[in-house]
Amino acid sequence: MELNQRMKRIYLDNAATTACAPEVVEAMLPYFTEVFGNASSIHAYGREAKRAIEAARRQVARALNAAIPQEIIFTAGGSESDNWAIKGAAFSRKEKGRHIITTAIEHHAVLHTCQWLEKQCGFEVTYLPVDADGKVSAAAVEKAIRPDTVLVSVMAANNEIGTLQPIAEIGTVCRARGVLFHTDAVQAVGAIPLDVQAMNIDLLSLSGHKFHGPKGVGALYVRKGLKLDNLIHGGAQERGFRAGTENLPGIVGMGRAIELAAERLTENAQRMIRLRDRLITGIMERVPEVRLNGHPTDRLPNNCNLSFKYIEGEALLLRLDLAGIAGSSGSACTSGTLDPSHVLLAIGLPHAIAHGSLRLTLGADTTDEDIDAVLDRLPPIVQDLRAMSAMNASNML
Amino acid sequence: MYSEKVMDHFANPRNVGDIENASGTGTVGNAKCGDIMKMDILVEDGVITDVKFKTFGCGAAIATSSMATEMVKGKTIEEALQLTNKAVAEALDGLPPVKMHCSLLAEEAIHAAIADYQRRQAEN
Repeated sequence: MELNQRMKRIYLDNAATTACAPEVVEAMLPYFTEVFGNASSIHAYGREAKRAIEAARRQVARALNAAIPQEIIFTAGGSESDNWAIKGAAFSRKEKGRHIITTAIEHHAVLHTCQWLEKQCGFEVTYLPVDADGKVSAAAVEKAIRPDTVLVSVMAANNEIGTLQPIAEIGTVCRARGVLFHTDAVQAVGAIPLDVQAMNIDLLSLSGHKFHGPKGVGALYVRKGLKLDNLIHGGAQERGFRAGTENLPGIVGMGRAIELAAERLTENAQRMIRLRDRLITGIMERVPEVRLNGHPTDRLPNNCNLSFKYIEGEALLLRLDLAGIAGSSGSACTSGTLDPSHVLLAIGLPHAIAHGSLRLTLGADTTDEDIDAVLDRLPPIVQDLRAMSAMNASNML
Repeated sequence: MYSEKVMDHFANPRNVGDIENASGTGTVGNAKCGDIMKMDILVEDGVITDVKFKTFGCGAAIATSSMATEMVKGKTIEEALQLTNKAVAEALDGLPPVKMHCSLLAEEAIHAAIADYQRRQAEN
């Protein structure tokens, strides 16, 4: 079935990735052709490249309120940053202890890294549970800290349900107890205010393509003086912390993108919260037996995650796609496994309800008309799928 | 990821609904795994004259249900019992490997409906 050509396509999967801002592309373009040098080269070409990378480092450092730009180390994205932060911290402190604390709802880049450390390197990991809104408390983190705890890793904002964690409080606890604190802020950077100094963050992961920057580039904030084993060994790039020729256009683009995101943060957040709440309320008014997943107010400004009883998420996504709406789901059928999302199970959803989840994530360019269109096109699709569903209140659980 | 045929049967499923005076009904799968299929068959003189389905599940689950109903409609019980999940998947121009269990569910649902019919026959 072809999408009706007159129907406007609506992109509501900005948690998966965002479009590059035009200003970002413009900033990047010269660095593919005119300024293409290898930043490690001693000649003028190399120096120009180096200057551009250092300018981007300052842009990222400013957005996070890092004490000095050198605390920002460029990587190939969020997954690398998470891997490096956790493995690097674990290996550099393994003589002190082999205990790590994280949560049950982290991104797989964190969870699978922790599981690997457990299996391969004899680490013990505490996976803190979350409440029904997806929150973990600083008190729970504090209680889990042991004499051999070397790292706490708690995400700033959840990628599926949008719930924000009390990062500043957790940072205070960790600093007081002398334990390193890493936060996966891939979804939070550019969406909510972050201050690595005020929040006592030691390590912070971010990814360019989540805030209208390019894909394949990210950074790890590493607090000054902190010892961290390398993940990528090789040349002396990034002062020896991360080998590999720098992704020059990507780094320049990410620098510009984070600068723009920081400038527009308050304005964008206010706009998106209004649109997000219109979307959530609008769907819940029009469709019966829907639940909102994640914290009702302490959530990312752009995140709407709903579970529709009696229908399965992948079928809903495909029908929405045919109607020109792009979203995502935590159903098993979209994850490639037999289980629905670990996040939805961790907040206590029964499998049947977790299978029927839909995540719609707004972007800087989402409009009221887009929301109107979703409120128009979504309810009949849900009704249709429910009419053909073999599940009902009696055989649900 | 899905063939055009799968998308056609998903977007325009055939034989959706219930048969009020069904000769046999089969329900397979469970909510935990994310697939439930229910098939109703109407049997007259050993021939499946009507078949309807209801499915909770992904795109492939809906498409295989729809295709399976088309494949057994008008067939004798003996012929319908020959239906395999492989034939359903082939009729849909293939399924992604992770979705092959959906076609198995469709085969099982048809078999369950026939078993129910045969049980009822034996009771009479």
